[in-house]
Amino acid sequence: MMLVVNVRKQLFGAEGDFSLTTDLEIPKGGITAVAGPSGSGKTTFLRILAGLTSPEEGFLQVDGRVWFQGREGRRPRINLKPQQRRAGFVFQGYALFPHMSVMQNLLYAANDRDMAEKLMEMTGLGNLRDVKPAQLSGGQKQRVALARSLMQQPELLLLDEPLSALDETMKSVLQDELLKIHRELGITILIVTHDSSEIFKLCDRVLLFEKGRVVADKTPRELFVERATTQKFAFKGEILELKSFDAIHTAVVAIGNNLVEVVIDSHERGSLRIGDKVVIGTKAFNPTIRRFEHHDFDFSRL
Amino acid sequence: MQGFDPEPFLLSFRLAALTTLILFVVCVPIAWWLSGSTSRLKPVIEALSSMPIVLPPTVLGFYLLMIFSGRSPLGRFFEEYFDLGLVFSFEGILAASCVYSFPFMLQPLQSGMKQIPQSHLEASYILGKSKIRTLLRVVLPAMTSSVLTGLIITFAHTVGEFGVVLMVGGSIGGETRVASIAIFELVELLDYRMAHIYSLILIAFSFSVLMVVYTVNHRSRNERRA
Repeated sequence: MMLVVNVRKQLFGAEGDFSLTTDLEIPKGGITAVAGPSGSGKTTFLRILAGLTSPEEGFLQVDGRVWFQGREGRRPRINLKPQQRRAGFVFQGYALFPHMSVMQNLLYAANDRDMAEKLMEMTGLGNLRDVKPAQLSGGQKQRVALARSLMQQPELLLLDEPLSALDETMKSVLQDELLKIHRELGITILIVTHDSSEIFKLCDRVLLFEKGRVVADKTPRELFVERATTQKFAFKGEILELKSFDAIHTAVVAIGNNLVEVVIDSHERGSLRIGDKVVIGTKAFNPTIRRFEHHDFDFSRL
Repeated sequence: MQGFDPEPFLLSFRLAALTTLILFVVCVPIAWWLSGSTSRLKPVIEALSSMPIVLPPTVLGFYLLMIFSGRSPLGRFFEEYFDLGLVFSFEGILAASCVYSFPFMLQPLQSGMKQIPQSHLEASYILGKSKIRTLLRVVLPAMTSSVLTGLIITFAHTVGEFGVVLMVGGSIGGETRVASIAIFELVELLDYRMAHIYSLILIAFSFSVLMVVYTVNHRSRNERRA
């Protein structure tokens, strides 16, 4: 077992206070997605692992070494500083040091030229070694941040929405690079992401956070594909209008920015109301409609 | 230039250089502490350190004179243990200048540090670097224009001070008669020609200093935009 996270931290959200509470074990070597709506505690979870935020109580152990432990009875409080933990962290805004070149950024982490050359080779930064961060594109900055975080050969790599600011092509390229790095270094990775295709491509496990709690802990396949329904596709929407012409009933449903008119039967006509949240799916090319249930996975919450 | 005595200028520059050096060393840790502190003492310290900006130099000079005099505990301490009289001496006006110019060093440093994103500090800590190393390698080099502003403004402000030096130091040639005081004396002696020469030198100096500060700030702002 690599990572045992059993912590509690009070958070002050826009919609009231809640506590981040986790009771997790994460095995070594995998890539785990940390997903959920904004303000659900994902970033705080990563910051607690890195030692940038201290939980009120609990226990955090990585590879048999205690990183945090709250005072409990006669058990003393332990809270390793970020400097003492072997965690790499890639910040949302990259946090590259602006006055240092790419090479200097890497060497600041660890004065190991061979390692720096190897990582620049791996991330395709070879010809940018003397360039300052201000002259780099978003994708290049991301590569530097990633390479820098790997300089100290961390046991655990924490990525806070690393690819969210990049366009689709760049995202895909960097996802491949991340997979390559993961394969070559065998490092354990936790990645905060909103992107379901990214989760599917990179991760072997998804932790879905909501209001500070892990509400789902599944493989991406379990979460996205093997759901209770057999529908080929499904979209969540809201009923804007219900119409009836003789025996034919239709519902106008807003799905994102699109409006769809769906034929419904008289039974459905009786049970649906304007403003209802619904799932529109299709079986054998016939659109179906039913009320949105709680166990339906909500993509918009990612 | 007949009768021109460069000594007051040399004294002013020596005073300003030493004041700047001392204040830089003292203010960097204080600004660093203030920038990361949520202590309730913070506003007290910020208010105290800004007092010299609003107080008349005579008020400051008067109390420094009282504190430095041989009759006060501090004055006696310096006289007994260091054989150092702080009143009417170069050391005295140096100490007074450090108090008087304190906010002019602290504030640029503090505002420069405020502009460094928190994530840069955190990134450095996660990379295993101590707070001091982070300050020296990540923070100070990324705020060179603020550092330069603090150094130059402190230097220029010290050259330009008058009231505090007069109160604490009087006008002793080669010891406390700095340029601004020399001008005051020349006017009192009705030597307007020499007073003009001294004054024009200070005007030229002040203008060049401010030009440098604004040029540096302008350039660094453009760089940030690029």
